[in-house]
Amino acid sequence: MTETVKLYVNGMEHTVVADADTALLYILRNDLGLKGTRFGCGLGQCGACNVLVDGRSTPSCDMPLRAAAGKRITTIEGLGAIGRLHPLQQAFIDEQAAQCGYCANGIIMSARALLDSNPHPGEDQIRAALDRNLCRCGTHGRIVRAIQRAARVMAGQLP
Amino acid sequence: MTSVPIAAFPPTLNANRRLDRWLTINAEGTVTVRTGKVEIGQGIVSAMAQIAADELDVSYTRIRMVPADTSMSPDEGSTTGSRSIEEGGSALRQVCAEARDLLLQTAAHKLNAGLESLEVNDGTIRVRGGGQSTTYWELAAEVDFARDATGQASPKQASELRLVGTTVARLDIPGKLTGAAFVHDLELPGMLHGRVLRPPSYRATLISLDDAAARALPGVVTVVRSGNFLGVLAVREERSIEAMQVLARHAVWKECADLPDADALPDFLRAQPAEDELLREKAAAPAGGGQALVSTYTRPYIAHASIGPSCALAWWHENRLEVWSHSQSIHALRSELAKTLQFDIARIVVRHAEGAGCYGHNGADDAALDAALLARAAEGRPVRLQWMREDEFGWEPFGPAMVVRIEGSVDRDGRVASWHQHIWGNRHITRPGRHPNPGLLAAWHIDPGAEPPPAVDMPLAMGGGSQRNALPYYDFRGERVVNHAVQPMPLRVSTLRALGAHLNVFAIESFMDELAEAAGIDPVEFRLRHLLDERARAVVKAAVAKAGWKPGAKGDGARGVGIGFARYKNIGNYVAVIAEVIVGEMVRVPRVVAALDCGRVVNPDGVINQAEGGIVQATSWTLKEQVRFDRTRITSRTWEDYPVITFSEAPKVEVVLNDHPEQPSLGVGEGMVGPTAAAIANAVSNAMGIRVRDLPLTRERIIAALLL
Repeated sequence: MTETVKLYVNGMEHTVVADADTALLYILRNDLGLKGTRFGCGLGQCGACNVLVDGRSTPSCDMPLRAAAGKRITTIEGLGAIGRLHPLQQAFIDEQAAQCGYCANGIIMSARALLDSNPHPGEDQIRAALDRNLCRCGTHGRIVRAIQRAARVMAGQLP
Repeated sequence: MTSVPIAAFPPTLNANRRLDRWLTINAEGTVTVRTGKVEIGQGIVSAMAQIAADELDVSYTRIRMVPADTSMSPDEGSTTGSRSIEEGGSALRQVCAEARDLLLQTAAHKLNAGLESLEVNDGTIRVRGGGQSTTYWELAAEVDFARDATGQASPKQASELRLVGTTVARLDIPGKLTGAAFVHDLELPGMLHGRVLRPPSYRATLISLDDAAARALPGVVTVVRSGNFLGVLAVREERSIEAMQVLARHAVWKECADLPDADALPDFLRAQPAEDELLREKAAAPAGGGQALVSTYTRPYIAHASIGPSCALAWWHENRLEVWSHSQSIHALRSELAKTLQFDIARIVVRHAEGAGCYGHNGADDAALDAALLARAAEGRPVRLQWMREDEFGWEPFGPAMVVRIEGSVDRDGRVASWHQHIWGNRHITRPGRHPNPGLLAAWHIDPGAEPPPAVDMPLAMGGGSQRNALPYYDFRGERVVNHAVQPMPLRVSTLRALGAHLNVFAIESFMDELAEAAGIDPVEFRLRHLLDERARAVVKAAVAKAGWKPGAKGDGARGVGIGFARYKNIGNYVAVIAEVIVGEMVRVPRVVAALDCGRVVNPDGVINQAEGGIVQATSWTLKEQVRFDRTRITSRTWEDYPVITFSEAPKVEVVLNDHPEQPSLGVGEGMVGPTAAAIANAVSNAMGIRVRDLPLTRERIIAALLL
């Protein structure tokens, strides 16, 4: 059934008209034009589509629109943009922590959720926090280093 | 106009001699560079920018790279085989050297100065000693690049390069980390969303279809059917998925149980009709007295498993077809689209847009034909077509299953006396453009349909396919290597990173350890005794030094260390890998050290990134990966049915680069996988005293080996 739903995305209120069963991913990408959230599996298994929902890193591919209504949603576009990058985005560039980069934004969202709850995670904690994010190119080590770097930057230990 | 080929030129330059095909000097102070090689997450486009900037003497930030496009970019064939820097890089280097020379000649005339008195700094040409100057940008309109490369200008010597050999940040990463970046993210005006309903199994035929319910969904524009090809178009993406699911419930297929027994694949492969080819024979003159062994090594079908399912856009309007695809071979794709759609090739343009990492031939080209077939029914509206995860696992061409059997002996003086090796498996290439039959999935499903192409290999001298790295890069006394190219192809297969080199190197390097053990010689020492090439010996020694290898050290029943070496394709990069394992419930690989010699390094961090990625992906193949199927269907359809390595499981990787600026650049991405697989299996043997010869090294196989 088509409904009118209010969504809070990246600090802005949006009104969308869509079937309430629609996965949040398609609303973000196609209705709001936020293409930095990627489709990977549609089953919540790979993490490519992860966004923050009330601060938790959540797959948007299997979250229906009705469940997202009223929640605070943050996508990669809400984290930072060229010219005002978030320390995590900057750290991924500094560490060249990507090959194809398709998985990166979902991973950055998981990392953001981790750093919000644990500003100084150990390497094993970072790896464990990312176990529901898949990377196929094998850039795992660089990604872990980038998150460690971002944590130090956010703590003021690195410029 | 065809020019006489110049022997010193790389083939892709001889095929695209016109300088203006490759670059444009822009009056506003930038250089537009068109390469035929495409970005697939390997950083190639940035490496090309680096090469162009260095050769032209302009800063990296002035280079504007244009994605490959069949209507304007040089046709450099496919972006495959880790050949992009070797071929495309040297072609671009020559083009830029000639462009620089033309600019300097014009400047010399204009400034009334001798050519040799000019120097260039970031596009500003100055007469040495503070004289007059001009710039590339001022000369842009005066120099005519609509001419062929002649070979009269020479690229810089290694010692003159400033940017090449240094780490520069990739151009594509910031965009990817902030928003739209992939073909998946393109949006055209009035675009419709498409999905394809694939048959449930390879050779299923559609018996009946009732598409009324799918058509009745709000926003569904049409249902397309041709033979066994079914697709839907809808205004909204989620509706196209729903329509595909509804259609699936109203489609009746006839299937056949014609897949082999997944649990007896090696027996199946060895029993099939095959084309046999003797790859090398060298008579043995054994000193005698040694030990003889025989071992058989296998791998299952392995998926590319791109993290982003394949996607394409197609727009059929005004009797023209425009396609956006993450294909690795846009020209071959264009030609097969023309044939399959029976449409004038001159009216088709294929543009490259990035996809997720592919590691070989995945569904990229297939999705392009799917999109075009749907676009034909879209009445002039553009179509975005994306595969579902289940489509990608179910229909991508897998890396073929393989069997390698080696029988060999080592003389009492510790030298390999005889080495008889047999390889069974399909050939590895079914890409578009390699055979008259189209290599595009939907071409086999539409009516009238075509037959799939048989798999082919390249000649061994060009890197081969099933027989890639079949010949040991060692000096043995006697040798006989035979390839049995299995003809039936029950599962769709094609190129996967390293092709046959993965299992061939795994087998050779495992067997080297087995022979070393039989001879009572340390595995490193045993390899060095048989390696004549100094660059090969150097990477082995570099890896040994970095890893702290202790000769003759045995594992402790849980921890162990192992080595694998190869020269990729026997003509490419040199790789030695040392892996540490901990064997418990599962095999864990905490640390991998690698030494790599890929000639002249363009971007050290880019090379290390590729090397790390190859090692981690190969660790995943080695520990976890196998495509599951029953007698009818592929049953690996999601990440649960096809697990890959996780962050907690991925090894820490350290890479040593043996840089040779004076040597030609060699590819990187593929050379790691065989040595990594072997190093892990050798480490398991070192740890436990057991030998597992079947990939992946699962818990069940470790237990079975322990019980032997």
